[in-house]
Amino acid sequence: MNTIKKVLGVVWMILAPVLLFFLIRLGLHQIAIKPGIDTKIQWAVFIGVFLPIALGLFIFGYYAFKEEYKG
Amino acid sequence: MVVHLYGMHHPNALRKVITASSLGTLIEWYDFYIFGSLATVIATQFFPKTNPTAALLSTLATFAAGFIVRPFGALVFGRLGDMVGRKYTFLLTLVLMGGSTFAIGLIPNYDSIGFAAPLLVLLLRLIQGLALGGEYGGAATYVAEHAPENRKGYYTSWIQTTATLGLFVSLGVILLTRNLLDKNAAKSIEIFNEWGWRIPFLVSIVLVIVSIYIRLKMQESPLFTELKQTGNTATNPLKESFGKKDNLKMVLLALFGATMGQGVVWYTGQFYAQSFLENVCKIDFEQSRTILIWAILFATPLFIVFGHWSDKVGRKWIMLSGMLLAVCTYHYLFKELLYLAETNGITTIIANKTTRTVTGITYWKMVAIVFILIGYVTMVYGPIAAFLVEMFPTRIRYTSMSLPYHIGNGVFGGLTPFIATLLTTVYTENKLAGLWYPISIASLCFVIGAFYINSKKTAQ
Repeated sequence: MNTIKKVLGVVWMILAPVLLFFLIRLGLHQIAIKPGIDTKIQWAVFIGVFLPIALGLFIFGYYAFKEEYKG
Repeated sequence: MVVHLYGMHHPNALRKVITASSLGTLIEWYDFYIFGSLATVIATQFFPKTNPTAALLSTLATFAAGFIVRPFGALVFGRLGDMVGRKYTFLLTLVLMGGSTFAIGLIPNYDSIGFAAPLLVLLLRLIQGLALGGEYGGAATYVAEHAPENRKGYYTSWIQTTATLGLFVSLGVILLTRNLLDKNAAKSIEIFNEWGWRIPFLVSIVLVIVSIYIRLKMQESPLFTELKQTGNTATNPLKESFGKKDNLKMVLLALFGATMGQGVVWYTGQFYAQSFLENVCKIDFEQSRTILIWAILFATPLFIVFGHWSDKVGRKWIMLSGMLLAVCTYHYLFKELLYLAETNGITTIIANKTTRTVTGITYWKMVAIVFILIGYVTMVYGPIAAFLVEMFPTRIRYTSMSLPYHIGNGVFGGLTPFIATLLTTVYTENKLAGLWYPISIASLCFVIGAFYINSKKTAQ
């Protein structure tokens, strides 16, 4: 179980920047489709909020990799 | 100092604690929901689409209140609650929420005072978000710190009913007001849209005053009192909560292994289900709401059942089972709702707008499906207050549990309707595409929760 937790930790560390990348790409795409200030604000809020969350997921993965959640 | 001599475990004392905490929290949810439920009416009164600045303020009111201000409120009031005390902090959040709700009901519309109207509404909505961010953690902590060790799940589950009951009361008050302003139904709706929408906001002040009166008579939480008397309260709860690895890792686990999935299951069961009935199934405005009202009424006792059960079998697997059931059955259940509406609904088309009504057994089948969806909500949400409380030590509990709760619910959950709608506009041929978001998030949360959460109590 501890090995799975450790390996999954790497998955979470990779997943965090990947998800953020797709979110930013989606946001830019949506702004390109509907270039109003409303859309820009919406996506600025989303990306601004998800940036620390993605960082949190990365740190969570790092802790898991470092066996901080060892049972 | 022996805090248990307060007699706090006496059933009557506990009943008072639960009543005082739950009533206030219910009112806060009511206040928060009526704005959302009346968003369309409010938009016409304060945020005319023809004016881009007003429309911009509307966007800010919608997105900033839920996504930024709520977690920020969790930090501000969490810190206060861990330093000053639970009682005064959640009293303050109640005053802020009640006061701003009442004030929204008094603001003259855009036609009367111009830009001042949407600006004031935005400001008050932000205060609402801030107050909500501080309320829940306080109420859950307060109740849990009064409850016996082996019954925290049961007693905090009463707090868990308040979010759903707040929605129930808000829907009920809106439907009643909408229909009782005139004998003629159409005229009544017209009056409601003109000024009657203010009534649900104004009514709130009465409920808030009663709740403040009850809460003022309550004592501070015994565990916090003990901390204070021994001089062990946190001096910098934010630093202790998020600056120390041992606690930060639990905050992250609470978010990614529990509240993230709980938030999307909650919002899908209660809010996306209503939006799906109205916008995808095209069920009539009032009928879509009465379906939800019945389902809530039947499902609410399950919060207590699962909270109580979690005291016996543990919190983890009840919450994760709710998530897994949601992941496995959402597609089928929503497809069934659509099928029932399309095959058995009576369709009327007025001015190119399709509306369906359902009758008899079809109506009750829809109630049963929404009941199952809310049943999942009760599984994930019923035990979560006790779960979060037990994860963190008393001195930084309010701060530590509030942030993951409000990110999970406010951000991940609050985004559900937006992302679901976005997905259905991208994949127009698939009416169920909106479900991918809650299914993905709940799946991820299930995996993290299953592997990393320890079934044994993690607190202290």
